[in-house]
Amino acid sequence: MATTSAETHTGTEVPADAHSPGTFPPFDGGTFASQILWLAITFGLLYWIMSKVALPRISGILEDRRDRIAGDLAEANRLKQESDAAIAAYEQALAEARGNAHKIAHDTRAKLKADVEARRTAAEAGLADKLADAEKHIAELKTTALANVGEIATDTTTALVETLIGKAPTKAELTKAVDSAMK
Amino acid sequence: MANDPIHQFQITKIVPIEMGGLDLSFTNSALFMVATTAVVSLFLIMSTSGRGLVPTRWQSMAEMSYEFVASTLRSSAGNEGMRFFPLVFSLFMFVLIANLIGMFPYFFTVTSHLIVTFALAMLVIGTVVLYGFAKHGMKFLKLFVPDGVPGALVPLVTLIEVISFLSRPVSLSVRLFANMLAGHITLKVFAGFVVSLIAADGLGVMGPVTAILPLVMAVALTGLEFLVAFLQAYVFTVLTCMYLNDALHPSH
Repeated sequence: MATTSAETHTGTEVPADAHSPGTFPPFDGGTFASQILWLAITFGLLYWIMSKVALPRISGILEDRRDRIAGDLAEANRLKQESDAAIAAYEQALAEARGNAHKIAHDTRAKLKADVEARRTAAEAGLADKLADAEKHIAELKTTALANVGEIATDTTTALVETLIGKAPTKAELTKAVDSAMK
Repeated sequence: MANDPIHQFQITKIVPIEMGGLDLSFTNSALFMVATTAVVSLFLIMSTSGRGLVPTRWQSMAEMSYEFVASTLRSSAGNEGMRFFPLVFSLFMFVLIANLIGMFPYFFTVTSHLIVTFALAMLVIGTVVLYGFAKHGMKFLKLFVPDGVPGALVPLVTLIEVISFLSRPVSLSVRLFANMLAGHITLKVFAGFVVSLIAADGLGVMGPVTAILPLVMAVALTGLEFLVAFLQAYVFTVLTCMYLNDALHPSH
């Protein structure tokens, strides 16, 4: 058949085993029923397999992956928050320690300052006492010295007068003269 | 017969079945429908059998096809559209694999028969109509009366909308069918030129030399046809998603 038709056909010849010889195959109504039936069977089967097996499985895989990624991200976030909290706690402890050190230094400085002040006050008080004692002593000495001045003056006058006139003055005259001079 | 570009669309009976006066034979077309279903199912089931957290290459392909169709459906019909996901996914994979299987020499292309693409288109439109009326009742008819149209124009616009709705299954099915049919015929014609030129008497050495031209063309067309095989499956899917969107949200 092939050899004979190859010589005579004009391009669209249909072999003898066709449903309706001579028609263009896609428009051959004789094959429609069979094609629709088998399409319904195969496509129905495909739809059933897709909706019952394949698609739930793939969506399950994708969901697992999404959950896993979301879970990992959440875990990473949690760890980050933990480390942030640790850093914050560390910094707080550091700040507290710094504050304590400051306070101790400040207290120590204040205590030392008060101590020095107290000692200085005590020393100054001692010095004032000693100064007062010394002044009192000086005043006493001065009083004593002044008390002796008359006597010394009398003696000196006696000696001077004796040397000048060769005769010692009387006691009464001497005292009168010295007293008048000392006034 | 070897050079007849129409021969590849011929349907031949493998197991003749006759019921109630109807010819329901298991044909080469049915065989390739079974093959398409088998390839899609085996691909998706075997590739995902590991359920790996880190996918293998095959599992990655299965996941890609899943997410590709899912994002197409979600962007056209929103999250509510995901209830039709098994249908849309089955349609996409069936058309895509049927188109790709048809690219093998001597293999039958299921989608090159109008009745098959028309049946798939009617499945889509039937789903749209049934779901539309089930969900929205008579409000589904608002699909034909767009908002904001002046009163006088409503009958005209409604008529246009009805005609456009009725032409959907036709355009949806003819687009896929005609693309596959025309592509395969062109490919066959150019491949036939190669053979004819080599075998031609009277051209001498020029026969095989000039045969290079249609050969280059046939190779280029093969690449183009792979693109068309994917593109038409995608177009079919996108339009399906848009029509399903009408069923979900009838008012424009």
